Amino acid sequence: MAYEKRFDGRAFEDTREIDAKAGVVKNADGSAWFKIGKTEAIAAVYGPREIYPRFKQNAKEGVLQCFYNMMPFSGMGDRVRPGGNRRSKEISMVITNALKPALDLSEYPNSAIDVFIELPKTDAGSRCASICAAAIALADAGIPMKDVVSAVAVGIVDGTVLVDLDYAEEAFEGEVADIPIAVIPSTGELTLLQMDGRISKDNLIKALELGKQVSLKISEVQKKALKEVYEVQNEN
Amino acid sequence: MSSEIIAKEKDIVVPGEVLAVGMDFLPSNGTYRNGDKIMASTVGLVNIKGKVIKLIPLRGKYNPKVGDTVIGKVSDILFSGWKVDIGCTNDAVLPLQEASSDYIQRGADLTMYFDLGDYITCKITNVTSQKLIDISANGPGLRKLGTGRLMNVSCNKVPRIIGKQGSMVNTIKEHTGSKIIVGQNGVVWVKNEDPVKELLTAQAIKMIEDNAHTPGLTDKVTSFLSR
Repeated sequence: MAYEKRFDGRAFEDTREIDAKAGVVKNADGSAWFKIGKTEAIAAVYGPREIYPRFKQNAKEGVLQCFYNMMPFSGMGDRVRPGGNRRSKEISMVITNALKPALDLSEYPNSAIDVFIELPKTDAGSRCASICAAAIALADAGIPMKDVVSAVAVGIVDGTVLVDLDYAEEAFEGEVADIPIAVIPSTGELTLLQMDGRISKDNLIKALELGKQVSLKISEVQKKALKEVYEVQNEN
Repeated sequence: MSSEIIAKEKDIVVPGEVLAVGMDFLPSNGTYRNGDKIMASTVGLVNIKGKVIKLIPLRGKYNPKVGDTVIGKVSDILFSGWKVDIGCTNDAVLPLQEASSDYIQRGADLTMYFDLGDYITCKITNVTSQKLIDISANGPGLRKLGTGRLMNVSCNKVPRIIGKQGSMVNTIKEHTGSKIIVGQNGVVWVKNEDPVKELLTAQAIKMIEDNAHTPGLTDKVTSFLSR
């Protein structure tokens, strides 16, 4: 039996509804809110600022530090224990690695750029939403970058290649592969590639191509959010 | 090969946007070259001067430049100088010989000159590749600030507050009679004997910061002040 119609009725190459806004945290140097379906992420950037502990500093370029945190009430099931855990530590690392290739931190030797990502609501694809939010926030903070990184999950559910799996699809009993990817839109470079499950080579190539196309659409939403900050000011 | 500019003058662009195609143009501040394209690397306003394309930044922390006059807060006292917080990653260092025109004895009590928490206007004399900053408080107009009102504005909006050849800040000074010092790092010091006028000055500066991207700002400020 093939997966012919998605649980929430959208087409296979459609993402959930996306929305984004820049400049939501007034005290931060740059910030953003990103929503995809029921998943929401708020990112706040502080810096460049002094780095502690001092042994982390790099005299050649700035250090990017991302902190991913799911809020206790964010899940659909039980309360998540507050504070870091193994999962959040790993995701913080992959987010840092996904954003770093797009940034130019040579202007900020011996300093840190801290990105705090909070998730008040999670369904699935929280690391992708975090990367999208963090990329907007970094651009809002005025950090030089090649492009605004966008991220989306692609995958396969019961033999069908599709984009942006939600929780019901991830939990589907059958053949499922969940592949979160992050893309630098202007060059098509992949900066994040992880996978849960199994997928054939042909389907993987198909899924990644689809993911790159969809990431361009997400990128448009991100860039619109960055510009909207100034449009509102113009109306006043 | 054909070259063309895609972005228009004074457009607001975001990172990754193509500004021009072809090798006939040169990327400057806030832009980079990717193959034959020139792309934006920060959020900013497009500024085209001949063949050079640059961005006027709209966001970001203060980037220290030699010769800038800034307002800083004394954050630490060293053996022979002071550390001054001017809103950069590292605090700037004010050496003893640059602090004052009179001779300071070795081992003198440095708090006599500048104490912790004092605000001073100073000039940046040197910036290293590692962003270590030297400043001087010895020169015309450079001094410790007395009583008054301090405001923090975004350092990217300082050029609008000053205006062309100081036109904006002079307009405010004429209308209110306040003393104003604008630091390039976004710290503004305002003083007026009349507290109402001091508040009005502060409101005018706040207004400029909020409406920094709109045209006809001088007229708006003038009408606001003469109300």
